Amino acid sequence: MIGIEHYVTVSSILFVLGVLGIFLNRKNVIVILMAIELILLAVNINLVAFSAFLHDLTGQIFAMFVLTVAAGEAAIGLAILVIYFRGRGTIAVDDVNRMKG
Amino acid sequence: MDFAASLHLILPEEILSIAALVLLLVSAWAGDKASRAISVAACVALGAAFALVAPSVCGGASGPDTLAFGGQFAADAFAGMAKLMIFAAAGASLVIAPAFFERFRAMRAEYPVLVLLAVIGMCIMVSARDLITLYIGLELNSLAAYVLASFLRTDDRSAEAGLKYFVLGALASGILLFGMSLTYGFSGTTGFEGIHAALTGPMQTGALFGVIFVLASLAFKISAVPFHMWTPDVYEGAPTPVTTFFASAPKVAAMALTARVTLDAFGAQAEAWRQIVIFAALASIVVGALGAIGQSNIKRLLAYSSINNVGFILIGLAAGTQAGASAMLVYLAIYVAMTIGGFVSVLMLKDEAGEPVEAIADLAGLSRTRPALALCLAMVMFSLAGIPPLFGFWGKFVVFQAAVNAGFVPLAAIGIAASVIGAFYYIKIVKVMYFDEPADKVRGASDGAHWALLIISAVVISPLGYILTPWLGALADKAAAALFLGG
Repeated sequence: MIGIEHYVTVSSILFVLGVLGIFLNRKNVIVILMAIELILLAVNINLVAFSAFLHDLTGQIFAMFVLTVAAGEAAIGLAILVIYFRGRGTIAVDDVNRMKG
Repeated sequence: MDFAASLHLILPEEILSIAALVLLLVSAWAGDKASRAISVAACVALGAAFALVAPSVCGGASGPDTLAFGGQFAADAFAGMAKLMIFAAAGASLVIAPAFFERFRAMRAEYPVLVLLAVIGMCIMVSARDLITLYIGLELNSLAAYVLASFLRTDDRSAEAGLKYFVLGALASGILLFGMSLTYGFSGTTGFEGIHAALTGPMQTGALFGVIFVLASLAFKISAVPFHMWTPDVYEGAPTPVTTFFASAPKVAAMALTARVTLDAFGAQAEAWRQIVIFAALASIVVGALGAIGQSNIKRLLAYSSINNVGFILIGLAAGTQAGASAMLVYLAIYVAMTIGGFVSVLMLKDEAGEPVEAIADLAGLSRTRPALALCLAMVMFSLAGIPPLFGFWGKFVVFQAAVNAGFVPLAAIGIAASVIGAFYYIKIVKVMYFDEPADKVRGASDGAHWALLIISAVVISPLGYILTPWLGALADKAAAALFLGG
């Protein structure tokens, strides 16, 4: 029998993978965008699982809001990435260092 | 409470939303040549919203009559006072923008629209009494802010600031959401009232993780240590009018939001969050003071100064009392005046060709070449350092008084000691301006709107500001009382 703790375990693992993906990734910024999506999906698994467990619809409504906002967030992230690429000609994470200190 | 009454309560937000949408259409239609007219219209909308919110603050609105949409949104005096500061700061960042952007031929009609959208997001943040409302408000503000940070598209630093702000901001929202999902799972509701009632007594591990995650991401939004790393980079890279906006309005919104979340939703678990807040407060004060010492760019220095100030505001929150919340609001109001004064002075530092001057070394001898500007900047610096005749001292005083009265004497003592370290770098700037040989870099003419704003903020932070203290204190007390009544 799969219980709520299994869902929370899976979502926690996905969440940690997403956070590690942001910090360990040294290649390019697109991977960071994917890691952010992973975090948001981990949250959605959590919300829907809790919603089913509690017999309360709020969690699923919350998940719909998260999906919508995540789409907007990805659009803005990619737009900023495009103007960044235009100016610098690279999207490697190690090159994002014009400012330091 | 019926739907029509709810709609009536959110009238200021409705006006701003309609204004933002209409102005977006106008900007798409008329193009960049209409940007000044759109800025004026946006200021008028902010003024209208200000006039609508002001009565609820003066009247100390609280209780169930201020709750809209089944308790998801509170239009009480606490939210109202934060909104007034947000409107004022946003208005200032609209007024100073055209003169700055026109130099780069980058004054676009979207700028006022984005500021308005961010302001709507912040209004929702400070009024939120439900996790979903909170999230929507926070994201509306953040998404507009990411675009604003990278607004100077041709400038490398601006694009990089936008990118950094986006990546770290998205990570913070992810952490916030994960915390909120755990809080929802362990309390069974997303309403603050329900969470308060469900999270009483000993806390389960999962719920504790929820509280920690939510507080960590809120610490990111107010740029408290240990989640402050983005602040200097974003403040330096973003165009200066946008930095003025970031340092003032979203700080107020996120602080008010943090206060409502900790004191209302997690109010029954004060022991769990208080140690986090105390740690963040002390670490912010110390890191903000030490980090600023080695800086050579004045915008980075002001970024560290804002981290330092957030620490003092958090001391008021750590007290966890009504007086603490009131002190926090007073400090925020003074902080907004100091921040606007500081960044407007930075905006006015231009060389012969009109390029911005940002290096602290180039300010040498400013007192002899531009005495009025140097005097205003020196006042801002002394006020940020909390030196008595200036108004900045009053903010620190009420915050420490609240902490001492709540029994946190060591916290207040460490805070006072650390503020002495902070005074070092503020006074260093005054020394460079007044006692060094003139570098004579700052020569550009200044815009009239910049002078007007600088003089207003200089008068507020001057000793004349103390005339405001009884009035400001009474408003903040009423607002804090509304927060503690919980609607």
